[in-house]
Amino acid sequence: MNLSLLLLLPLMTALAILCCKGLQQVRAIAFTGAVLQLILAFVLLVLFWRARAAGDGDPMLFKSGYVWFASFNINYHVGVDGISVSMILLTAFVVLAGILVSWHTDTMSKEFFFLLVFLSAGAYGFFISLDLFMLFFFLELAVIPKFLLIGIWGSGKKEYSAMKLALMLMAGSALVFTGLMGLYFNTTATARGAHSFDLLQIARMNIPLQAQLLFFPFVFGGFGIFSALFPFHTWVPDGHSAAPTAASMFLAGISMKLGGYGCLRVATYLMPEAARVYAPVIILLATIAIIYGAFATMMQQDLKYINAYSSVSHCGFVLLGIGMLTKTSITGAVMQMVSHGLMTALFFAAIGMLYSRTHTRMVDKLGGLLKIMPFISTVFVLAGLCSLGLPGLSGFVAEMTVFMGAWQNPDKWYRFSTILACASIVVTAVYILRAVGQTVMGPVTDAGYKNLTDARWNERLAAALLLFGIIAIGVAPFWLNKLVSPGAEIIIQQAAKTVTLK
Amino acid sequence: MTQQFFLLAKQELTLTLIIFILLFLKVGAKEWTNAAVLRLMNILLLLNFIAGFIFTREGMLFNEMFFTGKLVITEKNILNLGTLIVSLQAYDWLRLHKHVIEFYILLLSTLLGMFFMISSGNILMFYLGLELASIPLAAMANFDLTRRQSSEGAMKFIISSAFSSGLLLFGISMLYGTTGTLLFSELPQHLDGSPLQLFALVLLVAGFAFKISVVPFHLWTADVYEGSPVTVSAYLSVISKGAAVFVFVSVLYTVFKSLAAVWYTILFVLSTITMFTGNLFALRQSNIKRLLAFSSIAQAGFILVGISGSSRAGMASVVYFILVYIFSNLGAFGVVSVVSALTGKENTEDYKGFYKTNPFLAWVMAISLFSLAGVPPAAGFFGKFFLLIAGAEKGNYVLITIAALNMIISLYYYLTLVKMMFIDRNEHEPIASLRVHIYPKIALLACMAGIILFGLISNVYEYIYSVSFW
Repeated sequence: MNLSLLLLLPLMTALAILCCKGLQQVRAIAFTGAVLQLILAFVLLVLFWRARAAGDGDPMLFKSGYVWFASFNINYHVGVDGISVSMILLTAFVVLAGILVSWHTDTMSKEFFFLLVFLSAGAYGFFISLDLFMLFFFLELAVIPKFLLIGIWGSGKKEYSAMKLALMLMAGSALVFTGLMGLYFNTTATARGAHSFDLLQIARMNIPLQAQLLFFPFVFGGFGIFSALFPFHTWVPDGHSAAPTAASMFLAGISMKLGGYGCLRVATYLMPEAARVYAPVIILLATIAIIYGAFATMMQQDLKYINAYSSVSHCGFVLLGIGMLTKTSITGAVMQMVSHGLMTALFFAAIGMLYSRTHTRMVDKLGGLLKIMPFISTVFVLAGLCSLGLPGLSGFVAEMTVFMGAWQNPDKWYRFSTILACASIVVTAVYILRAVGQTVMGPVTDAGYKNLTDARWNERLAAALLLFGIIAIGVAPFWLNKLVSPGAEIIIQQAAKTVTLK
Repeated sequence: MTQQFFLLAKQELTLTLIIFILLFLKVGAKEWTNAAVLRLMNILLLLNFIAGFIFTREGMLFNEMFFTGKLVITEKNILNLGTLIVSLQAYDWLRLHKHVIEFYILLLSTLLGMFFMISSGNILMFYLGLELASIPLAAMANFDLTRRQSSEGAMKFIISSAFSSGLLLFGISMLYGTTGTLLFSELPQHLDGSPLQLFALVLLVAGFAFKISVVPFHLWTADVYEGSPVTVSAYLSVISKGAAVFVFVSVLYTVFKSLAAVWYTILFVLSTITMFTGNLFALRQSNIKRLLAFSSIAQAGFILVGISGSSRAGMASVVYFILVYIFSNLGAFGVVSVVSALTGKENTEDYKGFYKTNPFLAWVMAISLFSLAGVPPAAGFFGKFFLLIAGAEKGNYVLITIAALNMIISLYYYLTLVKMMFIDRNEHEPIASLRVHIYPKIALLACMAGIILFGLISNVYEYIYSVSFW
């Protein structure tokens, strides 16, 4: 399959959106585009399975490449492995759901849907890139649409949050940039005399240890800012809470995954020795993020802040899994990314639906909504249960895998932090149950709520889509596991290979 | 010989021809309307731009005084393109001006000076070109005849420019004194790195630093940009600066190649302070021309990072960046120019709610600003990225980190402007919906096309790389 389709389709959709008039047309085009994206992602999955089943053991499938800037040896080079495929599927799910929940965006709808679709093009491009320049290009591509989405359609402290998000993400990519420069100039020169930006080529070379030690913090830290690495997580709560629903879903569901994917694919895969050296720091920061995020969530009253801080905590699991450097833990990290992406998108969607009806997101003002809006409330409860790791839903599977993988690492301090991370689930349970309980159970707090209506078809469809993903992973985790673990295996082999070489 | 003269100096001769046509128009009996002159000029400049691509020859004239090659022709084409865009954008302002023909004569004289400067093979020839490029610019800066600020800007410009010329001449005389030659081709053999020659190098760098407004020689920039008509500010910030950068790179890379270690340190220090000063001062500007002035100072710092790379990629990335910078900066200045000519508003506050009333102009401005900030997919991203790759080749990652940090600072003020246009509401009186004339519109669309295509399509950069040297 030609992977460039994944890039072309959203871009075509975006262009088509520019050419049409009125909310009706715009959303119809955006919806069609998103459905096609989802179909394309499923086709990719099937083809990927088939190729793997036919015994194609190449780490990256469906590769294709063109020379872009010959003098710098920059290529347009794409390819996917199981990890990328799962990320692409996640993106397709969240994009479609995001478009469905913003069905009635009537202020500047054209710009809104254009930016959403454009953002998705950036995410696909990022996940299929095998060239560091391309990867960086798509990483930065997504910053400005987010700024505009939050700034224009957001609520609350939107200008402040949008600016904070844009600057912090830009700072992240500036760090990544320095790291990439370091990597580039430490690759052995190719035949034409230029260095290499190619992921697969660099993985085969041995970057000198000293260079790895110098540049790993840049790359990991830079991508870490994207995935809410403590102490650079501060953009997450503000950004998520100020963003419009669909943008929150994108931010938490996809954008933060760019960071995790980058940490894995660029930092750990290309600089495995440094990853080992810095593992204690990563694990420490991840553990702090998990625990701090969980406790910070306890103190929140605003539903969006609750989900945003819990995202910090949940993304901590991703980084923890990466830091532990075992096959299972990395598989777990990727599963957690997928699971968290779906779950948090669902959560934000539910919050958006509640907010659009009740016009408040404060936990203490809401109550008894289950009787009035059974569907939305059920979705809300399910998202919460997934967040706290109820078996049968994706959160449980993913967190469990991370913990099992983490435990495989015999270092006793690592185990200690694993125990701490496990313990945070209790805190998660407290805040989730409290928030969910107060909002949907109990007496109806406001008489005005009695007249509110339940979810419309578009909201039901969006929720069903995301729930389908969550339950599918929860019930049959081995599918995702089988998809992801060969990719994780390669990353681990990379780490093992260089260790034996030295 | 004659034939060769006509072919080699073709671009200069075309310009001279246009200047003569203008002179005849001026002294002729027939009174030309502004609209007619502008139409004629835009067509002539377009032809001039196209003519740059045909009959390209390499060679020398007048005992190496004048040389031309593929790189030189490319650079001149870039400047021609920029001048064409500036001229198209000036439509709204010049339409009502009393002295259109004089303006164009001055404009083309400076361009001619720049061409001679770029083509010079002799350091005195270079100096002559530089003067021809600078002095008419001061007159142009004064072209808002009724505004005192404009005269003030012109005065500041002429004084600082005279001062920098003095420095340059001082450096040149020392260089001549120690080497005994004025030819660029012979100078390198006579350079031995003696203290006097190093001093000459410092003076030359200072002279150039004035022209491309590098800190600490930038003090004239903001005031002159603010005082001058928008068109002239735009011209100063891209064409005049671009030409100076072209010559600066060539001189450093050919004449002073053996002293690369010395000027690397100078560039390192200058680029660091330039980026920081430009960006930090830009944060607090409320006049949009001053904002763009400081942003252009900061961009000069980035250009120095590229120059410091001292490699073929260094030269290519600098020339490419200037090309991209022409599109990005002229896109931004173009909008400012239209708004300023039609409403007289030049404060950043006035741009609040701009998107509601003028969506096209707001998008042009936003995309130009993104390109200036170096955000993909705009060409500015590629320009900055390549400058920094070139600069990183020396292994000085401190410089790269500083540059990357500066990109964040610059993003703040560019985004603030975007925020004002797209997000903020204007309580006072927003800029009314403007009717953009076809000429400025073409210019703005050309800028947009350049910003979007010249990055993603790699051929432009690759061509520039193929004609660059180290």
